[in-house]
Amino acid sequence: MKNVRVRLSLFAFPLLASAGLLAAWGTAAFGQQPGPGSEKRWHTTLRDAPVKVQTRANPMEGEPDAVAAGGKLFEEHCAECHGKKAEGTRRAPSLLRQEMQQATPGAIFWVLTNGVVRRGMPDWSKLPEPERWQIVTFLKSFKTERNSSGGGQ
Amino acid sequence: MIPGANDLRFAGRSLLLLALLLLAVPPLRAQESPYIVTYDHYLEEPGSLEVEYYSTFGTQHGGNDFHAFWAEFEYGVKAWWTTELYLDGQTTFHDSSIFTGFRWENRFRLLEREHFVNPVLYIEYEQITEADKIIKEVEGHDVASDHAVPNAIANSTLDHEIEFKLLLSRQIKGWNVALNPLVTKNLAPSNPWEFGYAVGASRPLALKASVNRCSFCPENFVVGVEMYGGLGDARSPGLHQTSHYLAPVSAWNLPSGWTLRLSPGFGLNDNSHGFLLRWGVSREFSGFGEMVKGIFGGRR
Repeated sequence: MKNVRVRLSLFAFPLLASAGLLAAWGTAAFGQQPGPGSEKRWHTTLRDAPVKVQTRANPMEGEPDAVAAGGKLFEEHCAECHGKKAEGTRRAPSLLRQEMQQATPGAIFWVLTNGVVRRGMPDWSKLPEPERWQIVTFLKSFKTERNSSGGGQ
Repeated sequence: MIPGANDLRFAGRSLLLLALLLLAVPPLRAQESPYIVTYDHYLEEPGSLEVEYYSTFGTQHGGNDFHAFWAEFEYGVKAWWTTELYLDGQTTFHDSSIFTGFRWENRFRLLEREHFVNPVLYIEYEQITEADKIIKEVEGHDVASDHAVPNAIANSTLDHEIEFKLLLSRQIKGWNVALNPLVTKNLAPSNPWEFGYAVGASRPLALKASVNRCSFCPENFVVGVEMYGGLGDARSPGLHQTSHYLAPVSAWNLPSGWTLRLSPGFGLNDNSHGFLLRWGVSREFSGFGEMVKGIFGGRR
């Protein structure tokens, strides 16, 4: 029995050590938490979108139900972190800011699709593409916040 | 080392405490895949806890049919890391009901952005007895006759196993396609590495959301198919003496945060169970991590 335990520990220790190293690597690679200045960094991500993607047209633009359907999806999947009115919370930034409203629909779609994993936003490509465009249409329907420094914290 | 009455009492109290905690956090509408065995590359949202219960009814050649069940607690530690605890049990008809052990699973997203194929590394430690019948994966030379052994005998052997999977998945025009090669090692030194696979494809019935919150909107239903089986082991790789299953899968994501899954599975050769009927129910709770941090004095 003792021999079995010793052998098990020979496997278990490297396994736990590997898991620990993987978690540490992930924390270093992806694990920056939201904090002071995180909104600025998050909005920088919008500009990281490839040019080809930024210029994509929104296929839902002009569809009469797209804003309402996008609003429903936003409430179901996004409001928990970004706030019910997209005003931002401690967990995620305001989406009413000027940078957001100035971003192209393609750039917003790109962030939604890829997430901002290192800042805690998961990718939402599990939502079908038309649903992501419905959310983009909803977000682009906001009026720009007058004070672009407000919200979010 | 075999789980006993004290373990069951402890598990029962822990579940009761967890249920009380969950009453305090709001449910979140989930967008869950319908797979039971196959994994796509999507992880739990950070800070969210998903509580799941699954049942598998299986027919058994040369033995009694069974009902295996498990509870899953899936927590999003980070956007790139999900950790999960399984508690397994089974009832073999005309035999007994037993707790068969636990599994601790971790999934790590390997790439920051979406790519042509998206890889996730899966690492699991299992401490289960040989009476475990949930068939959450099929590996090596697993065959249906392994499950014909009476519970009293099978439950006396406890296995420690590690399992690695590479979860590969992508979205194509509303379809999810996923492939999961796996390797497993029973930590007893004489056991070889075992191989297996799972593959699946699924799609929502509608790709656009409706305007109103609705239970029966087509976008709430996801349907697909999955196939899984063993590929032998390091000493004798290949398809001989292996079992394989094909299973249509379906999920119903309700606006209230509940997800229901149903999957009838069919054995594809004589080594497989003839029929596996699986169903599951799950609910996702957002902000669970923040609530727990708050209880222990952290910043909310």
